[in-house]
Amino acid sequence: MNNFAIQVDSLGKRYRIGERARYRTIRDRLANILTSPARWLKSNASIPGTARIGPKHIWALRNVSFEMQEGEVVGLIGRNGAGKTTLLKILSRVTQPTEGTAEIRGRVGSLLEVGTGFHPELTGRENTYLNGAILGMGKREIERKFDNIVAFSEVGTFIDTPLKHYSTGMQMRLAFAVAAHFEPQILLVDEVLAVGDIAFQKKCLAKMGEVASAGRTIVFVTHQMNQIRRLCEKVIWVDGGTIRQIGPTAEVVGAYEAAMISGNTNEEVDRNVKARFLSWEIVEPRGESAHVLSSLEPVTVRISLRVNQPVKRGHHGIALFNTDRQLMWAWATDNLELEPGIHSFTYTFPMLPLRPGAYFWQASLWEDKELLEIWDFLPEMNIATQVHQHPRDEWNGILNMPCEFTVRESEEASVVTRTSF
Amino acid sequence: MAATQTHASLAVSSVDLPVVRIVSRRGWLALDMPELWAYRELLYFFVWRDIKIRYKQTVIGAAWAVLQPILTMLVFSLFFGKLAKIPSGGLPYPIFYYSALLPWMYFSTAMQNATNIVVEHQRVITKIYFPRVVLPISSVLPGLLDFVISFGVFIVMMAYYRIVPTRAVLWLPAFMLLAILTSLGVGLWLSALNALYRDVRYVVPFLVQFWMFASPVAYPSSLVPAKWRWLYGLNPMAGVIEGFRWSLTGHGQPPDILLVASSAAVLLLVFSGLVYYHAVEGTMADVV
Repeated sequence: MNNFAIQVDSLGKRYRIGERARYRTIRDRLANILTSPARWLKSNASIPGTARIGPKHIWALRNVSFEMQEGEVVGLIGRNGAGKTTLLKILSRVTQPTEGTAEIRGRVGSLLEVGTGFHPELTGRENTYLNGAILGMGKREIERKFDNIVAFSEVGTFIDTPLKHYSTGMQMRLAFAVAAHFEPQILLVDEVLAVGDIAFQKKCLAKMGEVASAGRTIVFVTHQMNQIRRLCEKVIWVDGGTIRQIGPTAEVVGAYEAAMISGNTNEEVDRNVKARFLSWEIVEPRGESAHVLSSLEPVTVRISLRVNQPVKRGHHGIALFNTDRQLMWAWATDNLELEPGIHSFTYTFPMLPLRPGAYFWQASLWEDKELLEIWDFLPEMNIATQVHQHPRDEWNGILNMPCEFTVRESEEASVVTRTSF
Repeated sequence: MAATQTHASLAVSSVDLPVVRIVSRRGWLALDMPELWAYRELLYFFVWRDIKIRYKQTVIGAAWAVLQPILTMLVFSLFFGKLAKIPSGGLPYPIFYYSALLPWMYFSTAMQNATNIVVEHQRVITKIYFPRVVLPISSVLPGLLDFVISFGVFIVMMAYYRIVPTRAVLWLPAFMLLAILTSLGVGLWLSALNALYRDVRYVVPFLVQFWMFASPVAYPSSLVPAKWRWLYGLNPMAGVIEGFRWSLTGHGQPPDILLVASSAAVLLLVFSGLVYYHAVEGTMADVV
């Protein structure tokens, strides 16, 4: 007997390019029919399902086949636009495949849908029932779990207060509490760590660990390779809508990182996105490696970006995290106008006074409110500076920087200086 | 249109968990009864939420359900009745108009609710699966509460005018069902259309107004020449409204060719609505 949890066979999903933009109003559509009736007739005459795949269609996913056993924790990696989210959407039945089949055994849940359907006018209690029902729980099931949900959410007596009086944190906690009590057999997690604060992300990860140890199946999407390494035993690498590699975590992640560093990605997909971060390097000071920083002098970091279509009113963000995913620093720039071509973004810092270790940069590019590209720099940045810290480990902080210390005895007295250089 | 439909069926596997099979398949009806039954509690919660929110948000709450038809009835009685002298077939004008406004108010509210229901649930639709047909169904049900409340007013009015219902009142549930099905049929069409074309909602208020004058709300259908009654009946609300008047008061037109035409039109409307909704449903999460 085959104990699969998910069985995917030659799955494909085709989108029409600019589907969101086309025929958004009946007025436009009527105008279209009136101005070019011949084209309209032609497009309507084609037999459904056999429409020509012209340049107007794009396969977001094609020929994807894999199988997951019950209890497996599988990571799904790949660059933006590779098809990861489309795959998750098909597995959660939000969108339908164009071809192929997927079979799923058991209840599917995802940490993505936290708080979906919450209404500010309803009380916490009412929202719990509503949200639970939307997730797929029956009334009896919610009643049975209700006390646990309230306890987990820590909203206490506020449970009978309308949600509009809740703080964002309380709403998030209640939403997560409901989602966490859904108890799916298969959990789909899409980029949890992109939303919420550190505490929330930790809660998500803890919940995932719990779900995994209960023998349930998890599909986990993230850009954080360290999380993939920690949580997944198997990894599927999606590239250009197809599976590029599937296998043990260490092997696939290694190959993925190597490909990312050498820029060996699927060119065709790269051209279909508006913009793509390509690589990064430490320009100044130039050491043995372009990704290792070993001095506390001024630092210049350069990121290259390929723009395929003009970007107007662009917004660019950059952030630096440590291995605990703690934010070290972030910055944002508005109103970028970018023409097609290769661009380099350069950042210069007087110094990066961080204690030695691995750090992760993340850059994003938005146009208005649409996320065009988000990239976790590969490889990671290693800081290998000399340590200027307290001699005792428990007093080692986040920063690592030299200092000058002065003691002055009296106004005209001599100055005693001690530096730690 | 080259929309490929998908069908997901539930089957019990050798392991005790149900296996959901997601395949690309071409179907044509947005109605999978066993699945809809499995999601009946979600339907219940959607309806329950709409009722709660509406009665929480408006200060006058339930009073609105009563005020709206009463005020309309007063205006109609004054202008169409007393001034324009529209024949009411011997019924007092307030009864004549209110008995028509009961189903009409229900229908027009349901129609407007249905138009926005898919767009309002955009966030849910793009994140969670459930049979999408739950949405238009849930949009025509909350109005039943308003209907019941305003029906209470009607009973008081009947007592005031000392009108005793005849045996015809037994037909009332059938006419109510017809009203619900009409709302559902129109709701299926409008909710799907509005998901694809965002300007549909601006057309709907006009459509409501237009439709009211094409229905025997402000006048009796007896004004329509007998040979055109079947054509007039193709507007399902004509059958519903005439049916309401007749079954509640015993006056007016007993069921005839008009009702037959209306019933046929409703069936066609619901059926075509289910087909169209299903065609749109497949891409709903991609376009809303």
